[in-house]
Amino acid sequence: MSNNLVIGIGALVVGGVVGYFAGAGNEKIVEVEKVVEVEKQQTATLDSVKSKGFVQCGVSQGLPGFSNSDDTGKWTGIDVDVCRAVAAAVFGDSSKVKFTPLSAKQRFTALASGEIDVLSRNTTWTMTRDTQLGLNFAGVNYYDGQGMMVPKSLGAKSAMELDGANICTNTGTTTELNITDFFRSNGMKFNLVAFEKADEVVAAYDAGRCDVYTTDRSGLAAQRTKLTNPDDHMVLPEIISKEPLGPVVRQGDDQWFNIVRWSLRAMINAEEMGITSANAKSKVNDNNPAIKRLLGSEGNFGAELGLSNDWALNILSQVGNYGESYETHVGPNTPLKLDRGVNELWSKGGILYAAPIR
Amino acid sequence: MSFSAFFYDKRLRSVLFQALLVLSIAFGFFWLIENTVSNLSEQGKSVGFSFLSQTAGFQISSTLGTWLMQYEVGRSTYLDVYFIGIINTFVVAVLGILAAAFLGFSIGIMRLSNNLVIRGFATLYVEMLRNIPLLLQLFFWYFAVLRSLPSRREQTELFSSVAGINITGLYLPAPIAQSGFMIVILVFIMAIIGAVMLSKWATKRQYKTGRTFPAFWAGLGLILGTPLVAFLALGSPLDWSFPEFKDTGPLLRRGFQSGTGMVIVPELIAVWLALSLYTAAFIAEIVRAGILAVAKGQTEASYSLGLRPGITLRLIVIPQALRVIIPPLTSQFLNLTKNSSLAVAIAYPELVSIFAGTALNQVGKEIEMIAMMMTVYLTFSLLTAAFMNWFNARVKLVER
Ligand SMILES: N[C@@H](CCC(=O)N[C@@H](CS)C(=O)NCC(=O)O)C(=O)O
Repeated sequence: MSNNLVIGIGALVVGGVVGYFAGAGNEKIVEVEKVVEVEKQQTATLDSVKSKGFVQCGVSQGLPGFSNSDDTGKWTGIDVDVCRAVAAAVFGDSSKVKFTPLSAKQRFTALASGEIDVLSRNTTWTMTRDTQLGLNFAGVNYYDGQGMMVPKSLGAKSAMELDGANICTNTGTTTELNITDFFRSNGMKFNLVAFEKADEVVAAYDAGRCDVYTTDRSGLAAQRTKLTNPDDHMVLPEIISKEPLGPVVRQGDDQWFNIVRWSLRAMINAEEMGITSANAKSKVNDNNPAIKRLLGSEGNFGAELGLSNDWALNILSQVGNYGESYETHVGPNTPLKLDRGVNELWSKGGILYAAPIR
Repeated sequence: MSFSAFFYDKRLRSVLFQALLVLSIAFGFFWLIENTVSNLSEQGKSVGFSFLSQTAGFQISSTLGTWLMQYEVGRSTYLDVYFIGIINTFVVAVLGILAAAFLGFSIGIMRLSNNLVIRGFATLYVEMLRNIPLLLQLFFWYFAVLRSLPSRREQTELFSSVAGINITGLYLPAPIAQSGFMIVILVFIMAIIGAVMLSKWATKRQYKTGRTFPAFWAGLGLILGTPLVAFLALGSPLDWSFPEFKDTGPLLRRGFQSGTGMVIVPELIAVWLALSLYTAAFIAEIVRAGILAVAKGQTEASYSLGLRPGITLRLIVIPQALRVIIPPLTSQFLNLTKNSSLAVAIAYPELVSIFAGTALNQVGKEIEMIAMMMTVYLTFSLLTAAFMNWFNARVKLVER
């Protein structure tokens, strides 16, 4: 038999086998993939987080008070505290978290693709995002609304005077839609200059490219600190939208969804019960059964989440309650100077009302 | 044909293997698509292009794209947004390619100058611009442009107040076509065709009789003259909307009035500057290498035949250099087009910014939208490559 014939027959055999798998075997492979995929979606996040040893958390690229890193690379802010709380609940160690800075435009893709486990990046809960992006909002950690900042020298007292204005903002935000709605419904014209990153918005506004900087009012308070002369600018009184900001997870993994959601609720409930980072450990044997349930000395609440029973105790002793987090990062004694306002507990006139742990 | 003869036939064998390869690639794709769709549906996402007919609820900075598509919030659809992105990308790409080619050729020739100062400047230019990341240059030009322009309530008048510029952009008179203007455009197109035919005729005649004809100037006259005559004969069917500037009245109302004239936003100017200056540095090197690649003997031979230096450069050196220059030049043009996507960083509303950015965040159809975006870049690249190949075939020396 000649060499060529051997090669020919060999190739035919290989080709046949490949053809078989590519054609007939295809159904089977897809079937198997599907099953694997379904299982992955339903339980994977907690398992994969545990096996890699940290929570990967998507945050902003630098928004003081919410998520901001200092020169040593340490992240702080109320959004960062949510990430730390989840790490404390899962690992008993709030430092087991890594941060991925994301622009507004990148954030949902990063979450959907599994690059991050939680997105905690001043993200507004809207119906479209909830229903069309394959995501679930685990709660609200800051109730906000969109506002507008202008140079004082402009002499504007109200947003209604801004017909024809140039307005700077971020791409991939609710902001773009709200400002468009606002101007349209008031019959005013404007020009929108939308940047990918917040730093460029600040720089362009500072250089005078725009008369107006619009974003969430909390964001304005934070970005204002970055301007050359923060005192030369003012925030107009109008609040043109509702922006409930909160942590987000992928849809289809209820266990992980619950962990994030209840980590946040534990912080809010703790404030209501007067549990702080300082007294959490000593309150474990308090007389109040609600406190006992939260801190794990009564009931089996941690196990129901797939965690240990001291999950909330770890959150509170290491991260603190919601009020503490608020005061350290965005409250009146910080550069942001934000009053509690609606973000006060329901029992104190605000709208923070966390479902009970029972 | 016997079984073994089939395998001995080289041609049949290779056809068989190629068919198998194509088949397995096709199955690979099928598998990929099928899997993606099923994974997406598990995430609760549907697949499809119906979103394109939804109306878009966001404002887009006024550019050629918004003007051509007559963009209006609440009426225009995501498909319109797509087209606006394409137009705006196309604008920077074309403007950038023209400027980069012109500048690159000049700098490339300057690098070969005998004058030390000129040569030194060209070398400095190339080394600086090539070695600084484009994104940084983009920011540099953007903020340099912004910082150097007068504020929004002031302006620098240009061409005795027909046009003006300040931080919100360059304001020019906007043409408004009246009925009959289409005829002028038709005449213009016909004049171009006429000029091309004229130049063909002139070349032919020169081959036959040796007599030259100033085809370039005649053609230019034809292209510019006839539409002008038609324009005047039709009673100037074009109106102009001049930019209106107010520097009195309430502070908020001062500045260029929206809806008057035509504006070129500073974002476009910065992107254009950054892209052309950066790419020109690479083109300069290509041009220099191309000219150096032409053997010195060619020039000497030409001189010894009595041809003057200008003609030598035009007829002997450049045609041979072009042969070396054009292939890498093409890839620089393609790079420039693709690099234009960095413009999202400074708010120029090109494809990546408004379609794969803003719009994608509203509708969340990543796969579909990214695929649509890739199609555009692919088409741009293929078209540029096709054009350059055609041009290459024209200029390349006929080997004898
Ligand atoms: N809440 C809005 C806006 C969020 C947003 O991106 N805001 C900007 C401006 S305050 C921001 O966080 N920038 C910080 C950054 O990009 O790092 C949304 O979810 O769409």
